[in-house]
Amino acid sequence: MSGQFSVRVSPHVFDGNTTSKIMFTVILALLPAAVAGAYFFGLKALDVILLSCGSAVFFEYACNKIMGRKVSLKDGSALLTGLLLALVLPPHAPYWVPIVGAFIAIAIAKQAFGGLGANIFNPALVGRAFLLASWPQVMTSWPSVLKVGSPAWMGVTDAVTGATPLSIVKGVDAVSAATSLSVLKTSSIFGELSASSISIYKGLFYGSVGGSLGETSAFLLLVGGLFLILKGIIDWRIPAGFIGTVFVFSLVFGENPFFHILAGGVIIGAFFMATDYVTSPTTKKGRMVFAMGCGLITMVIRFWGGAPEGVSFAILIMNAVTPLIDRHTRPRRFGT
Amino acid sequence: MAFYGGVHPKYQKEISCSKPFESMPSPEIVHIFLSQHIGAPCTQTVSKGDKVFAGQKVGESEAFVSAPVHSSVSGVVVDVLPKPHPSGLLSPAVVIQSDGQDKLHKSVKPRKNFDKLSQEKIIELVREAGIVGMGGAMFPTHVKLRPPEGAIIDTLVVNGAECEPYLTCDHRLLVEEPEKIFSGMKILMKALGVEKAVVGIEENKPDGIKALSEAVEDPNIKVVSLPVKYPQGAEKILVKVLTGREIPSGKLPLDSGVVVENVGTLAAVHEAVAYGKPLIERSLTCTGSGVTEPKNLRVKIGTRMKDIIAYCGGYKGTPERLFVGGPMMGIAQPTDEASIIKGNNGVTVFSRGTFQDPEESPCIRCGKCLEVCPYTLVPFYLASLVEAGKFSRAKEWGILDCMECGACGFICPAKRFLVQRLKYGKAKVMEAGRK
Repeated sequence: MSGQFSVRVSPHVFDGNTTSKIMFTVILALLPAAVAGAYFFGLKALDVILLSCGSAVFFEYACNKIMGRKVSLKDGSALLTGLLLALVLPPHAPYWVPIVGAFIAIAIAKQAFGGLGANIFNPALVGRAFLLASWPQVMTSWPSVLKVGSPAWMGVTDAVTGATPLSIVKGVDAVSAATSLSVLKTSSIFGELSASSISIYKGLFYGSVGGSLGETSAFLLLVGGLFLILKGIIDWRIPAGFIGTVFVFSLVFGENPFFHILAGGVIIGAFFMATDYVTSPTTKKGRMVFAMGCGLITMVIRFWGGAPEGVSFAILIMNAVTPLIDRHTRPRRFGT
Repeated sequence: MAFYGGVHPKYQKEISCSKPFESMPSPEIVHIFLSQHIGAPCTQTVSKGDKVFAGQKVGESEAFVSAPVHSSVSGVVVDVLPKPHPSGLLSPAVVIQSDGQDKLHKSVKPRKNFDKLSQEKIIELVREAGIVGMGGAMFPTHVKLRPPEGAIIDTLVVNGAECEPYLTCDHRLLVEEPEKIFSGMKILMKALGVEKAVVGIEENKPDGIKALSEAVEDPNIKVVSLPVKYPQGAEKILVKVLTGREIPSGKLPLDSGVVVENVGTLAAVHEAVAYGKPLIERSLTCTGSGVTEPKNLRVKIGTRMKDIIAYCGGYKGTPERLFVGGPMMGIAQPTDEASIIKGNNGVTVFSRGTFQDPEESPCIRCGKCLEVCPYTLVPFYLASLVEAGKFSRAKEWGILDCMECGACGFICPAKRFLVQRLKYGKAKVMEAGRK
């Protein structure tokens, strides 16, 4: 048989990896932290996750339709943005919060810039930054960890709001726990830990402290992050550079580095936000520079800024200089 | 021993690597293209109705960078007509109707004491035999043997890597005719006046490495086993890995004191010098999911692909993609009418349902293409510059260094047409350079 064949430019074989496989693997890596968030903060937290994911997917679809583009839900990026946004929201945020946040993230930060791959800033973080700037009180209302099955956990009654470790030490929230946390923050890493310090550290590591929905369990985020490194999806340079800078900076300024790494959003930021392909550099050297910049700005905000936490803004600022970093860290060409 | 970047496509060499060569009988018709090399095309030296013999010159050029072409069969010249060339275009070819006799031209006869020939004589014989780089580049070999004044060549680098997936003809050559390769090396080392040679072979051909190592009787010739990684056999990569020398951007191997030849070319050099046989036949792998019986073949230059496929039992399933070469760099053919030229090392057919033609989605800047580009280019950025029409900037970023190996297009999770954009961009940059 002699027939006509389809033609195409080489290569004619491909690696099995695809954009949607990458996105869904990242979603998988985030699931333990999301489940932990629901476990610690109750069914209301689960609602926040579902609302955020659902509205992100809805706005993606709506934008695709309005803008006359191909429906891009299959790539998984909108769902991932929705999940990431939920994980950096207060666990008991009112229902409209994730919806507004997802709208800003998807419609403004992503689709208005041209859709997947064309956005300059991390969509989930833009969503969070917008909410934080517009409704600061709502965005800094932190429920304490709840007992599983209790009325507050079931969402029947309101949870008692508390503070995050970082806001306590910053003096933003004056609560009784402040003293021991402050002690912890300034304690030497070589000194002996008191029993209360150890329990606080355990809380920071496993997640039973106040904070955003998915950022409190450093342990589960680390499991997910290491999984992504092993799968070759994220470059170790970004979390290593980010966390390493936070470590060194705290040490130099006489504060406890482990406290600064575990309290707040450094872990989720370093492994899941700063590693967003679209908004971070593509060169190895550039990724290191980017990560160190994120760590540095985070600490400058924590030490001298008005807000207790600086991870989101640090990453957003570094997103803005990503093209510049890429240009100046261009690899040496073979034979030049 | 490892080079930067590279990818690991499924090699699929087990389909054909243990099948010994079969000599495909001369087809009824051959198309001897007047251009099957880099450089000036030939003009025909025969005309319609002429009787020709196998090995008889049918096209020649006065230009330095060119190589004559010969009839691969005995028979009658039907005409000189534009015919489908493996490049995808129509190109003038001498169409010869075979008489089925394969009678050799009188010039084709064994040469005694060929090891006593002078350098000049060897180079002349290589040119007369129409030998060009058979790994795919088709650069005339005699030109490499006359380096420009001032260039000092000290090493012959031999490419037996065969890193292109599916293809196994170089592998079979190493196993079946290592002594021809060794002889070809000695001949070219003499022509170049070099003492040293080094052969690189990917370690997935242990029998080939063993056979050649046993055939080589010269302590100055090293046979090196290389890790399996595509594109191990890319000229500049191979030179870097085997000699440590990095050929500068825009320069040739001779600028780094080496000449690179493919093992197939060396066997052809031996046949030209020892037997007086011009390059009228080559080894080739016909393989893929769309071929009934994949084979390693010796085919006459100018054989139509459809004849080769018919010889391999015809198509299997519904053939959907046919290309010359392997899947990483092969050129897809709209029909099976094109005929084999000197640089074609494979004919691969994929049948429906056995391969993917993924759709392109937006670049997510994952940086995988930077990680695999062996020349450390930034493929996604070059492609975006090409799309934006910024060709001079693409040139600054090294687009002309791209060898189109396809590693970036292979690895891209968004399945971007990176190679297509880079090819287009290179053409545009070169066009601007000529103006």
